[in-house]
Amino acid sequence: MSTLEFTGLHVRYGHGRRAHLAVNDVHLQVPSGTTVGLVGESGSGKSSVAAAAVGLVPSTGSITLDGAEITRQTRRRVQMVFQDPFSALDPRMAVGASIAEATRATGRRWSSAARRQRVGELMERVHIDPSRAGELPWQFSGGQRQRITIARALAAEPAVLIADEITSALDASVQGVVLNLIRELQAELHLTVLFISHNLAVVRYVSDSLYVMRRGRVVESGATDTVLGAPKDPYTAELLASIPVLGQEFRLEDN
Amino acid sequence: MNPALRQRLTSPRGLVTTAGALVLLALVVLGPMIWGDRATTTAVADRLAGPGAGHLFGTDELGRDILARTLVATRTSVLIALGATAISVLGGVLLGLAATVLPRPVRRLLAGLIDILLAFPWLLLALFFSAIWGAGTVSAMLAVGFAGIPTFARLGHTLAASVMGRDYIRAAQISGLGPVSIVARHVVPNILPPLTVNATVMAASALLSFAGLSFLGLGVQPPSYDWGRLFQEGFARIYVNPVAALGPGLAIVLTCLVFTQLGELYNQSGRRPSIVRRKAGAPPATQDGGPVAQIEDLHVAFPDASGRLVERVRGVSFSIQAGETIGIVGESGSGKSVTSMALAGLLDPTASVTARTLTFRGIDMTAPLTRTSRGVLGTELAMVFQDPLTSLNPSLTVGRQLTEVAQVHGGASRAQARDRAVTALTSVGIPEPERRVKQLPHELSGGMRQRVMIGMGLMARPKLLLADEPTTALDVTVQRQVLSVLRRTQRRSGAAILLVSHDIALISGFCDRILVMRNGEVVETLAAADLHEARHPYTRALIACVPDMTSDRSRPLPVIGDELPEEVPS
Repeated sequence: MSTLEFTGLHVRYGHGRRAHLAVNDVHLQVPSGTTVGLVGESGSGKSSVAAAAVGLVPSTGSITLDGAEITRQTRRRVQMVFQDPFSALDPRMAVGASIAEATRATGRRWSSAARRQRVGELMERVHIDPSRAGELPWQFSGGQRQRITIARALAAEPAVLIADEITSALDASVQGVVLNLIRELQAELHLTVLFISHNLAVVRYVSDSLYVMRRGRVVESGATDTVLGAPKDPYTAELLASIPVLGQEFRLEDN
Repeated sequence: MNPALRQRLTSPRGLVTTAGALVLLALVVLGPMIWGDRATTTAVADRLAGPGAGHLFGTDELGRDILARTLVATRTSVLIALGATAISVLGGVLLGLAATVLPRPVRRLLAGLIDILLAFPWLLLALFFSAIWGAGTVSAMLAVGFAGIPTFARLGHTLAASVMGRDYIRAAQISGLGPVSIVARHVVPNILPPLTVNATVMAASALLSFAGLSFLGLGVQPPSYDWGRLFQEGFARIYVNPVAALGPGLAIVLTCLVFTQLGELYNQSGRRPSIVRRKAGAPPATQDGGPVAQIEDLHVAFPDASGRLVERVRGVSFSIQAGETIGIVGESGSGKSVTSMALAGLLDPTASVTARTLTFRGIDMTAPLTRTSRGVLGTELAMVFQDPLTSLNPSLTVGRQLTEVAQVHGGASRAQARDRAVTALTSVGIPEPERRVKQLPHELSGGMRQRVMIGMGLMARPKLLLADEPTTALDVTVQRQVLSVLRRTQRRSGAAILLVSHDIALISGFCDRILVMRNGEVVETLAAADLHEARHPYTRALIACVPDMTSDRSRPLPVIGDELPEEVPS
């Protein structure tokens, strides 16, 4: 397991006058074997940080894995799980084949028997019956699909797993199943996870430490309990005040 | 074979199409062998005969049997049509895919090239090729084939670009797959179905193109012949022997039909059954003191892919009093949105809606609406949906959309309506309303758009605001602002609110009364204040399974029974 670190990260979209700085000088560390939460609202740049880590968008600044600058080769050791389980699986490819495809990222040669066995193991790992490997994505529910995409990410034997809003598209009851799975994997495999979400309660539940982003910058960071227990930044405080609490009348703005 | 495909093949249309395709195939393979001699035997004595016992379509100027010639020409005609189609599809798709995956500058160049080629008339291209290779079968095939490339390039490019935006492509990229493997493994299989359908249409139009080319003398040259050539020869004597022209013409038309029907058969989705809206019970008289809306024993069913009705709402009853705030909470597929849409009369026409009572302000929503009741609905019922970008018309200014209600139902003048629009935007907390009314929806942020939707409801005098997941697409801080606006609006207008959401914490914090729905039924109704005393196990589980800011992080979250399989939206 490994430490992922961003130093002075900038992500810019567009050119010239229409350029938009989505990530502005972000320093963020995901220590080995821990789960780091990244919260922020839409447009805060949190997903751009993830996209930069896996090389989906160009960035400047440094991204290191175990102290070494990330390269095309080592980048495959960072894997990502996406928000929408409906768009994240090829509708015409059996789920087993999708998982098998990701084993390529390990860089090793797999015999077809070994690959099949690995797919079976991974499916069991995420509590999906391995005999269903030949079925197509539409035959699974949203929560099951999200677990399959997690299995696919694990197939690449990642050093770091990035979870980008993985429960936002799921129902409340299914969200619990996926969160429990993440915690279980974390405990058993000692995964290093960067967990991105707009939902503070969800991030709080899985994360050891926390970064709060707004408008491309990190406004506050620290141990989860410290940040949420005594927020220093007014924006973090506003976020906390905006969360509806069960059985309490919603604190609306002054009417 | 999958059941849907079998059902399509055994339908009358499927049977006829399959039979047609088989006959065509037999003619292509066997035609020249069986009738080859007859088609080339000249008999000067019989020349230019009309249709008769010996020659059903008559004979040509060398006394050859036209029917036999038509049957024999099937091979040439069909093969050059398919050949041209293959050239168009392969060439076009390769070009289109290249324009999707190559490095950016090359991609732009290719896309531009495709656009230019699209504007080029195909007949000119055919003339051009004929000039290079001389008129003949092959150059005609190449001409029609190349002329079709731009269309397929554009289609392939558009389809591939939409597939390339999906997350599974990103996942494959992260796993280290190269562009070629991504195209072969993920893009091609997903763009194949629409391409196949278009290819069959192309085959049919290629057949017509060859007829046209032969007619101009640019197609198949004698002594070879295809339907186009036969048609041209027959056309010269159309007043003497019309069948000589109509016979080959008919062959072209029938073959085109077989081609397009094959594509249709491949593409056809499940047939939709016709639904009759039934209503039960008599509507109560309109009255001002009674409930704003009343629902008793509401059932809503939708046809599934095979045409069977599946009940999505099963016997829901509740009423909404004036000024009340009611929340419906449930997971996807629980029927919460369908219930609210049924109340607004906005369900798809295929839905079967039955209810003992389904009224809004005394208007029976299961019966066809009269002009007056339409007016009442337009002014007294306001809706706010989850995605304001799709519920606002993207090409009209915010002001135009706001004033529509006032002008259509309220009979206000344009200037009056405009003033009211500005007032409405001010009251939902939109800064600089004079500037905003002139803007288009995409120029506003998500929270702003949602305020515009609420403002739109305010333009009339709403008695009920139906809000279906109004803040689900918004950030928590914006959610708070939008709900504040909603509450302020309610205070001012005295409207009742029906809030539909999956978030039980939100519903409990905003509403007076909560309905918990599951699988189309209301499992529990309770006052928001009594939520912690919920009796039904589902309600309790729903509360427990969501992590909040006080959840114990050292223990797994409780999970609701078995994961329910979701209905897959088609």
